[in-house]
Amino acid sequence: MRSLTCDVLVIGSGPAGLAAAYEAKKHGAEDVLLLERNDELGGILQQCIHTGFGVREFGEDLSGPEYAWRWIARARSADLRVLSETMVLGVDHSRRVVASSRALGLVEILPRALVLAMGCRERPRGALAIPGSRPAGVFTAGTAQRLVNIEGYMPGERYVILGSGDIGMIMARRLTLEGAQVVAVCEILPYISGLRRNLVQCIRDFDIPLHLCTTVTEVRGRDRVESVIVSRVDEQWRPIAGTRQEIPCDTLLLSVGLVPENELTRMAGATIDPATGGPVVDEGHGTDVPGIFAAGNVVHVYDLVDDVSAAARIAGRSAGRYVRQGAPEAGQRIRLRAGENVRAVVPQILGLAALEEGPVVLQFRARHPVEGPVRAELVMGEGAGARVLLSRRHRYVRPAEMVTMSLPPALAAELAAAGDSARDLAVRIIE
Amino acid sequence: MPDEREFICVTCPVGCSILAKVEGQELIEIRGQACQRGEAFVREELTAPRRMLTTTVRVRGGKLPLVPVRSSAPVPQGLLFALARALRQVELSAPVGDHQPVMLNALDTGIDIVTSRAVEACEGYEEKPGAGT
Repeated sequence: MRSLTCDVLVIGSGPAGLAAAYEAKKHGAEDVLLLERNDELGGILQQCIHTGFGVREFGEDLSGPEYAWRWIARARSADLRVLSETMVLGVDHSRRVVASSRALGLVEILPRALVLAMGCRERPRGALAIPGSRPAGVFTAGTAQRLVNIEGYMPGERYVILGSGDIGMIMARRLTLEGAQVVAVCEILPYISGLRRNLVQCIRDFDIPLHLCTTVTEVRGRDRVESVIVSRVDEQWRPIAGTRQEIPCDTLLLSVGLVPENELTRMAGATIDPATGGPVVDEGHGTDVPGIFAAGNVVHVYDLVDDVSAAARIAGRSAGRYVRQGAPEAGQRIRLRAGENVRAVVPQILGLAALEEGPVVLQFRARHPVEGPVRAELVMGEGAGARVLLSRRHRYVRPAEMVTMSLPPALAAELAAAGDSARDLAVRIIE
Repeated sequence: MPDEREFICVTCPVGCSILAKVEGQELIEIRGQACQRGEAFVREELTAPRRMLTTTVRVRGGKLPLVPVRSSAPVPQGLLFALARALRQVELSAPVGDHQPVMLNALDTGIDIVTSRAVEACEGYEEKPGAGT
């Protein structure tokens, strides 16, 4: 088996991997190696042919491939080493990576720092337990997107889409434009789970029926999907008797959520946060395994690719710095908790030494939507005795839209002075 | 009597809810937009809504069978289907360049359709007269 070494190894060349590799190189890592399983770089962006990418990163409204190629050009200009058609089989806590590569065969890579950028996966049918038969014609929205936009096949003619995630809504528009019929989009929640602009430009623009508080309760068909049964659900997502309705269709698409892809992260021994499905990270997006960092959707699923790139830059910068200087002075470290109406907070660990150096941005999501003025707060302690350290107004919060809060460096001194009581810090959203 | 209508702005990912008082196609009053683009969006929605078009066209002899294409600017919403249909008839020959024009002044909109990426030619593929039908 061949053995390679490098300063920083990045696994995955989607938006996160590209940004992390580029940034690691810029911040002191001389030899950066980028691994990609596919034969070209860019990850899932290559099949996301719609526009809406890059407004923050490039100040332009770009398509997915355009956004990817801008980053690939940056990577090329930064003189990164790239190994495509290479799949990582294993990682351990000492950062020893074993991969299978078309060009090199089985290869061992021993980097001084490792950035995990494997992205996320779609939740499949098996995770939903929809009763019924097992005919052909059930796809995740992303699989259909690949078939239509890259392979050039239409997977069906008459579609029902379960879930109102962004990929599902975007595919509803895409399939309609290609001449197919999308007869229903069903969402179990009382609100859509994707961005509101997609509700307008993908669903309403094309008069596609959207059914909220509704789910698919049965798939029918022997060899191919022939129909689905949809039912309305109550507040506990239980189907309501007497609301069953049969919808003839030949294809069911699932757009029911994305899950961070962390098989390798677990192998490396990093602690996973059950609330995000990704590794517990500090403000530099370092995991709790020394020298292993996590970039983008492996940490938690973002709404916008521009935010993935921004988060990955943090991970890449930290990896570059780790190679140059070793682990930074930890100082006091504080665990951040998700409080009222907050699902999870990233980073989960806040190092006060790092906060002194510059602002740290917290990212979190509301558990349920509030369509009216709210405050996102950083609080110390619990209940009536809780002390509010920061409070930021928002016009509304929606689970589909990540909320951010920037912690100013001045807060570090206040937290240090609080001593042990600063160990119970939470983020909450209140009306 | 002015009508009160709600719009969701599609200009950026924020998706502002905008409440507008309108009389016919005229905008009387507007609130809820976080930036100036919101008002421009509502004015356009009232008169001539536009959307970005993205689709794919076939590529002959390429490493990929399709190349993604986009409109260089938003096109009139009512022309989306006609444009998608027209683009289904187009076939390009590899190699295809990035931002290569696919349809200039598409359906007289004054807007061009261009490729969103490059597609390399397949090794060993030779264009033969009469082939590719």
